Amino acid sequence: MNITSDPWIWIGGLLTLCIFSFLYKDNPFYKFAEHLFVGVANGYFLTFTVHRVLGPNLFVPLFVQGRIWYVISLTVGMLYILRFVPRVSWLVRIPIAVTIGYYTGAVIPATIQADIIRQIQATILTPQNFQSWNAGSSGIIWSVILFVGVACTLSYFYFSREHKGVLGVTSKIGVIFIMVGFGAAFGYTVMARVSLLIGRFQFILGPWFGIIE
Amino acid sequence: MKRTLPLILVFIFGIMGIVPYYIPHGGYQTLDNMVRNDFLRILSAFAIVLGLGSLMKVHIDKIKKHRENWPYSYVLIIGFVVSGFIGLFGGIEGNGMLPTSIASFKFDIETLYLNIIVPLGSTMFALLAFFMASASYRAFRVRSLESALLLSAAFIVMLGVIPLGDRISPHLPTFAQWIMDIPNVASKRGITFGIALGGLATSLKVILGIERSWLGGKE
Repeated sequence: MNITSDPWIWIGGLLTLCIFSFLYKDNPFYKFAEHLFVGVANGYFLTFTVHRVLGPNLFVPLFVQGRIWYVISLTVGMLYILRFVPRVSWLVRIPIAVTIGYYTGAVIPATIQADIIRQIQATILTPQNFQSWNAGSSGIIWSVILFVGVACTLSYFYFSREHKGVLGVTSKIGVIFIMVGFGAAFGYTVMARVSLLIGRFQFILGPWFGIIE
Repeated sequence: MKRTLPLILVFIFGIMGIVPYYIPHGGYQTLDNMVRNDFLRILSAFAIVLGLGSLMKVHIDKIKKHRENWPYSYVLIIGFVVSGFIGLFGGIEGNGMLPTSIASFKFDIETLYLNIIVPLGSTMFALLAFFMASASYRAFRVRSLESALLLSAAFIVMLGVIPLGDRISPHLPTFAQWIMDIPNVASKRGITFGIALGGLATSLKVILGIERSWLGGKE
């Protein structure tokens, strides 16, 4: 055992234990660490925004390079602050409208392309899928299972008709795929969290207490 | 005016967001890059002021009115002010006007990030491993075929990604990967279609001014 004398490792280790203390019950140590996390994270976020976004994208072009049209961005951005002035607080809707408008517009072609057309392309059965029995996910068996899975999952979410007859059968198969998918996602998420947990224990037993290398 | 102007703007900028995808003209692409990379990025940065202002307002109010757990609001505010001050004046890598080290002890914002934010963030997420395990113990009862499938898929995937799975059977990791690649993708793809169509409908409703909840308030 070779306990470190690095104050930052001690701080990181003690804060880790403060969070783990929640496993017993909600307590002042956990609340302290939780509030500290929110405060410091927001301070970091502010720093990052000023140094990495506003600095190179606004302050330098406007005040150093003299690109005067950047004053429009500055003015529209400053309207956010008027949210705290009750008489003119409605002006905050202008930057919100610009941001929401552009991004909702930009998301339309992107969604059509990535989440609809590409997904259909990857699902439909093509002559290539029928060339071999087992060629990973593009072989005939897996391609057919994938196609049936997608079609049945979609049929489960079709609520305009009662799930009877053919639709009843396909929606039941759809539920099977959905449950396996949810189970897989759950298992994967749990393992990701366990991996983080192992990382924290490695930190406590390694850099802090020096028990493991 | 208070509602019409934002609705007009959302329509104009909505069209401006859609059009560049279909007009690969150099001039228009340059304009789009300027709007996307400079204008909107700056606006998003200013939105943070709104968020931080609200956060501070809530906690100052909590301290003033001595609401439940109010002393911890001091921790949050002090944490924010100190780290913000160090970051703004000390620079991201400690290259600002404020000195961020005393002898060998460094306290620049990157050090705060690595030694406070990273341990706290990862421990909070790690904590979820315990709660997910306890919740799944209570919730996962094999009462039907569907719940048995969910449980089995989760169990196989969990075993498949650890070395023990390979020890039990060398086919287990392959099977776990198959579950991730075929049935999992099939169900996710079906759900993705639904989400995409719903998202498209909502986007159109926002641009056309049918969906107005984002305006907030009554005026």
